[in-house]
Order: sequence, then structure tokens, then C-alpha cells
Amino acid sequence: MATKPLARNQLAPALMFLAPALLGFAVFFAWPSIRGLYLSFTDFNLLRAPEWIGLDNYIAIAQDPVFWNSLWVTIEYVVINIGIQTAAALVLAVLLHRFTRSMIIRGIVLLPYLIANVVVALVWFWLADYNLGLINSALDSIGFDRVGFFGNELLAMPTIALINVWRHLGYTTLLIFAGLQAIPRDVYEAAEVDGAGEWRTFRSVTMPLLRPVLAFVLVISVVGSFQIFDTIAVTTGGGPVDATRALNVYIYDQAFAQFDFGYASALSVVLMLILAVVALLQLRVLRANESDLDR
Amino acid sequence: MTLLTAPPTTGTSPRPEKSRPASKRNQERETGATKSLRSRVIGWVLIVIAIAITLFPFYWMIRTALSNNRSMFSEPLSLLPVDFTLGPFQRVLGIASTADAIAEGGSGADINFGLYLLNSIIVCTMITVFQVVFSSMAAYAFALLEWPGRNVVFAAFLVALMVPGMFTLLPNFVLIKELGLLNTYLGIALPAMLMSPFVVFFLRQFFLGVNRSIIEAAVIDGAGQWRIFSRIALPLIAPQVVTIAILQFIAAWNDYLWPLLVGQTEDTKMLTVGLGIFRSQTPQGNPDWAGLMAGALLAAVPIFILVLVFGRRIVGSIQSSGVK
Repeated sequence: MATKPLARNQLAPALMFLAPALLGFAVFFAWPSIRGLYLSFTDFNLLRAPEWIGLDNYIAIAQDPVFWNSLWVTIEYVVINIGIQTAAALVLAVLLHRFTRSMIIRGIVLLPYLIANVVVALVWFWLADYNLGLINSALDSIGFDRVGFFGNELLAMPTIALINVWRHLGYTTLLIFAGLQAIPRDVYEAAEVDGAGEWRTFRSVTMPLLRPVLAFVLVISVVGSFQIFDTIAVTTGGGPVDATRALNVYIYDQAFAQFDFGYASALSVVLMLILAVVALLQLRVLRANESDLDR
Repeated sequence: MTLLTAPPTTGTSPRPEKSRPASKRNQERETGATKSLRSRVIGWVLIVIAIAITLFPFYWMIRTALSNNRSMFSEPLSLLPVDFTLGPFQRVLGIASTADAIAEGGSGADINFGLYLLNSIIVCTMITVFQVVFSSMAAYAFALLEWPGRNVVFAAFLVALMVPGMFTLLPNFVLIKELGLLNTYLGIALPAMLMSPFVVFFLRQFFLGVNRSIIEAAVIDGAGQWRIFSRIALPLIAPQVVTIAILQFIAAWNDYLWPLLVGQTEDTKMLTVGLGIFRSQTPQGNPDWAGLMAGALLAAVPIFILVLVFGRRIVGSIQSSGVK
């Protein structure tokens, strides 16, 4: 242990091993990041050279009602999606942890997460179709009114949020399940000796010990949820009116329908800043980097 | 521990309160048993409901894809395929005649999901193979080689992991356009081929767990770094390399926005892109739902197969990403 033959400068072989990855990092991450930041201060439509316009794009964003609406509907989506998804995953993870170790059941539960967003969106678009879909046909046959899940301004975003709850539930469940497995068995035995009932044990033992895992799950799922695009793009396309025009959908529209690349770049910088603030706030509030197990 | 301190009467429950009447003891045991039985039943009912909600949409895809699109609407609630036919698959694979397609309620438009399937397989294989090889090389350099600036460069890779995709996507599109790579396999694959920060991060952790004395012994034997990497270190973490390769293949397979922008011609369109376009082209009044579900199944079935073969590994690696 005292001798460290590896502790010498291995820069030459390291560069050889890193060459392709560094090239990829420089060309497809570092350079586009700098360029994206630059383009956000320009007027650029892909055809002419970008023209420097200072903060104009950012000023326009601050006064753009469609942007504020986008931010609002994105937050609406995130709250519904993450709220229901996390609560349901917590219940399912506790049930699975308590009643079964079956790998097959966990595999089934995870399956929707592994299927493309586009496929998932289309299946539910079909199931919830107004005229011919199963859900509305069933509602109709038992005497209820048909529901325009995607055509109704109030329902479209919650519908899309629920579709993605279906897709992500298993993934979140598995992360929480792993957190439950990491809780030592003896704390449960101690709670039982103290005469704690099931609900009490869950509230006073499981939840506090699960907090770091839940915090991790919340941070990554909220950041992912903010970037909703595929599901909306193949179902409503942002409508009706702007009811489902989430931030990423709006950025896409600006870049590839309006060809206003400068404005779209500025919007994506704003999106990145929003995500950074949201992630930092969550880490702070949830104290994600501390574990109660160590105390 | 538990084994040593357990009372000698293992197998039967301990009965410390002999003085209490037998009837009361039985009653207590019964209520305890019914309570646990009831929570067991409720728990399992909820689990079965979750499984049913998970699987039913997949069943409905299959049921729809095997139905005649024209007659399907007379029985929207039928749990079995309506007027069973393989027509939707023939239609989306472009092997049904236009007349047959229209007779079964298709649009008659020329759609070729067989070609899109091939495009997806080629692009995703390119991405997966190169990305995993190059990323594992980088992970080796970060984990097992000593060089100045290592932590700084690794931190930069971690930043790349956290930046939202849309931020780099716009300038990357401009770059691919300038390179003249729009509507080529290489244009779709290239940005992901050279590295993935996530794969570097994932594999570095496993390289860090490799027993260094094995590597030091190889150095003393005069083996070069490339030989140590390819013959010793990489084989030691082969299971993790396979797992991440599967996960990255699935991610590439499911990607939509980037291939939508970069691969728009027939011979570069990927399955997800073809599905999105098929859906937007379906006539409003009478969409070809059966054909759409047949196409969606073509995109989903390869994933079903991967999950059947590698499900245990996929579940395991996702669980381990939750607890560090």
C-alpha cells in the first residue's frame, strides 16, 4: 500500500484515451454552448449572418405574453405530473417492498418507461380519442357525456401530465423501492418493539429515512418534467390555443416554424436559468445531500 | 445474531402468557391474522390494479393493430380484434396494394415503416457502439490514470450532464447544417457518437471499483495502457458495459426531436419520426388507427424483446442509480 507505482503523470496515455470524448465534448457541447449564448444576443434566421442586437431578445421575452403563458402551463404540467407521479410511486414502492420481491413484476412496472414517448403518446391519444377511442366509447355506453381530453383547454394539459405519469410511474417506483431496501431492518424491529402501528411506522420511520432518496427523485424528475416536448408535439402540438404550449414547444416553434433562431436561443438560455434555480431551490429545501441514517 | 439468540422453540410461536384463558388467546390471534390477511388482500389488489393499468394499453395496441380499420368502429368496446386481419401491418410496411389498403380503411398513401425500422436500427447501432467504446475509454482515463487537471475536466463533463437538451440542440442543428450532414445517418448519430457524459460518469464508477493491484501487476509485467484497458479493466466491468449499452440503445431508439430535425428524408427517417408524421397526416374524419397502432408496435416490439432478455439487468441498474 505504501508504494504507489501508478502515482505518476500519465498524461500522454490519458490524452489518447480521452481524444474522441474530448473532441465530442468540444464540438458538440462546449462550442454549441458558447454559440447558443452568443446567438441569444443576435437576430438570426439561419439564412443571413447573425446580427448583434444586445439584450433585445431578453427584453422581448420579458414582454412576451406567450412566453409567460408557456411558463405557466409548463409549471401546471410539472405540478400535476410530479405530484401524482411521486405520490403514486411511493404507494406502489411501499406495496412492492412489503409484499413481493418479484423481478418480473418490477420489470412489468418499468416497461412503459422504456417505450418511446411518441409511442406512449399515440396509444393514449387513441384510447382517449373523442369519437372512436375506448375511454369515450365506454363513457358513452354507460350514459355519460363524451370528454374532449385533448380538445378542451382546461383538460389538455392535465391529460398530457397523466399520460406521462403512466410512462414514468415505474421508473420513480424503482428508485423509491431501492431507497426502501437500503433502510436497515433493525429500525423497523425497534419500531415494532415500541408498539408503533403501520401508519405510525411509515410516517415516523420510513418517510424520514427515505428523504434523501425522495429528494434525489424529485430533483431529477422535476428537471426532466420541465423539458416536456415529445408527448405534446405528437398530440396537441401546443393547442388548443396555447393551452399546451410548454416552454420547449414554444422554443421549437420559434426556431423551426418562425425561423427566429436568436429569440429561440434566448428562450433556451432562460429555460436553463429557470431549471438551475429550481434545482438549487429543491436541493436546499430537501437537504438532499444529508442522510438521516448517519445521525 | 438472530439465529443465536432465538429461543429453542423455533417453528412455533412463543407462548409466555399461559395464565390467560385459551379462548381469549385464540380470539387475539384471529383478529391479528384477519388484519394481516386483510392488508395482504388490499395490498395485492392494488398491485394487480397497477399491473393491469400498466399492461392494458399495450394489449389495446395489439388488439387495434390486428383489427380491420373500416369495421372496427362498429364495435369500439370489443376486447378482441374486430374482423381479424394482418392488413394494418402490411399497410405500414408498404407491402399491401393501394386498393387493399383503402378497402381496410387505410389512407392509401405510400408509407414504409420497414425502411424506417432499418434506419432506426442502423443509426442506433452506430450511436451505441461508438458511444460506449469512446465513453469507456474516457471513463478509464478518469478512473485509473493519473494526470494533471483530471478533476477539472471531469467536472466539466458533469456540467454537460445537467444542461437541458434544448440549449445545445439549436446550435448543434446549425452546426450539422453547416457541415452538410442534414438528412444523413452520420448527421443524426454524430453528436451522440463521440461520447455521452452519462456513460462516462456511469462507467467511471465501476472502473474505480476495479482492484488496482491487478493493474499494478500488469504494469510491472510491462503491459501498455491500451492492453491493460482492453484485456484487463474492460473485461472486469463487462456486465456494466453491456447494461449501459442496452440502456443507451433504448434511449437512442426512443429519441424524437433530434432525428425529427436532422433526418427528414425517406431514407433517413427514424421510426419515431415516421410515427409522428403518419399521425399528423391522417385525415381528420377517419384516421387509420389500426395502421398507426401497427407502426407503434413496430417501434415497441424491439424494446419488449430487450426487456424480456435483459430485464433483470435493466431493473438492477435503474435501482442502483437511486441509491448512491
